[in-house]
Amino acid sequence: MSALLEVRGISKSFRGLRAVSNASFELPQGDINGLIGPNGAGKTTIFNMIAGVYPPDAGEIVFEGRRIDGLRPDQVCAAGIGRTFQIVKPFAGLSVLDNVVVGALLRERSPAQARRHAAAILEQLGLGAKRDLPAASLTLPDRKRLEVARALATRPRLLLLDEVMAGLRPTECDLMVEVFRELNRREGTTILLIEHVMRAVMALARHIGVLHHGEVIARGTPEEVVRDPAVLECYLGEETQI
Amino acid sequence: MTRRVVLLAILAALLVALPAFSGAYILSVATLILYFAYTGQAWNVMMGFAGQLSLGHALYVGVGAYTAGVLFQRFGIGPWAGLWLAILLCVAMGLVIGFLAFRFGISGVYFALLTIAFAEFTRIGFDHLAWTGGPGGLFLRVAQRDTWDLANFRGPPIMYYYAALALACGAFALCAWLLRSKAGYYWQAIREDEDAARALGINVFRWKLAAVALSSAMTAVAGVFFAFYYNNLFPEQIFHISRSIEIILGPVIGGVGTLFGPVLGAAVLTVLSDSITEALAAMGWEFPGVKQVLYGIVLLAVVMFLPNGIWPPLARFLRLDEARRSKP
Repeated sequence: MSALLEVRGISKSFRGLRAVSNASFELPQGDINGLIGPNGAGKTTIFNMIAGVYPPDAGEIVFEGRRIDGLRPDQVCAAGIGRTFQIVKPFAGLSVLDNVVVGALLRERSPAQARRHAAAILEQLGLGAKRDLPAASLTLPDRKRLEVARALATRPRLLLLDEVMAGLRPTECDLMVEVFRELNRREGTTILLIEHVMRAVMALARHIGVLHHGEVIARGTPEEVVRDPAVLECYLGEETQI
Repeated sequence: MTRRVVLLAILAALLVALPAFSGAYILSVATLILYFAYTGQAWNVMMGFAGQLSLGHALYVGVGAYTAGVLFQRFGIGPWAGLWLAILLCVAMGLVIGFLAFRFGISGVYFALLTIAFAEFTRIGFDHLAWTGGPGGLFLRVAQRDTWDLANFRGPPIMYYYAALALACGAFALCAWLLRSKAGYYWQAIREDEDAARALGINVFRWKLAAVALSSAMTAVAGVFFAFYYNNLFPEQIFHISRSIEIILGPVIGGVGTLFGPVLGAAVLTVLSDSITEALAAMGWEFPGVKQVLYGIVLLAVVMFLPNGIWPPLARFLRLDEARRSKP
């Protein structure tokens, strides 16, 4: 498997506070990867740098052999990377379907085609029955699903999921996991998920990177990572000598 | 859907037939309503669709009016040629304002302040420009009012009525089409959440500029109409902020972002304003300011009890909701 996305030594500071320092990893084509770490580890900052919200202070981000660091969010999306927001951002005044149509219009030729594509995605995510409701009326789990549907509508080759399982009940979480597995199997979409919910990461990700204080401290399969002493330390704290 | 089309067709037919059974007064009121329906629709493209609040649309009316007026009066160039220069100038000004604001992240009320500032300093500029008449105004040659001279846009009131009707219908059709097009979806996405719009591949800067360009171009046309309908232009009147407010009241009262809101709002406000005047005159209550106070109270009531405008609840009542358009 060749790397779809390569992150090479990126760093980011906010007013002197180092959020991410010299982080490197690559995502193999067609893989499902997890990025975990305690609060404030820099997960969302890495996400935002990939998605073009702000450029890294140092380092490179290469997608399909092309440098994308420094591109605007809309250019990154057009390049083939879809993202969701941790704090959901539905277009509240539009219907559920129209929310997804906005995403679909990036690749579909006509609004009519975009509407068909959007409707199909809503069915896939189990939102088909709610497509005419205003997005503002959705519950949080449905809003998370809408985030995913909208990102999927842009036909991304890499999907960045920022805590889409947070706040979901275990059964809802399993349903979402199934959606991503299916997507990965059928379309070959590469997925990178940031997650606090270990249940989802363990079930989905084939490779996991662990962030702590802005640095990648461990990488490997889920089984390897949970046994890594450095990971246990950052999640559970150091052993103290009395 | 079909019910909406049928009702619209009936309304259009009534408006086309109106001059046949109305007097000069009704015709002038109807012309005014259609004029405000048109300018309201133009403003709605920017605010209602793309979420960019302009409080300086008088700028485009004024620049459009002065451009066509000066070309006609000073160079004998007819309104049909002047129209294009008016549109060009207004779009250029709109793009300058939009570029400054959107490039430097000025949004919301600060953007609105910028639009006011541009309208105000253009007003002051024209006040000091002797070439266009300065504060004394620019007057267009008044011609025969009984024959239709379409080439010079001169004719009886009924010609202006039909011109305003054509503008209002054209703007309505254009906006109806835009709302179902890529532009409409993108503008509404930007209005709702710019970050989310960007993440879906939308070049927010460019689409916002497109909204400003279209809105200013449409308003420029209104300015040309204004110049040839009223024949006199004063900077103090045409660029004044009260004119900008007048433009936005229709869509605000009718329903921001809706297709029919600007039309309904223009009708309600114009009829209201005129009937208050009539009623006060009939009662002999002609104290200065009474009309404005009553007008203000009605506006206040509408904004308090129908914060989304009159049209959305009315549309639900008549089962004509615009939300029911999602058929894949």
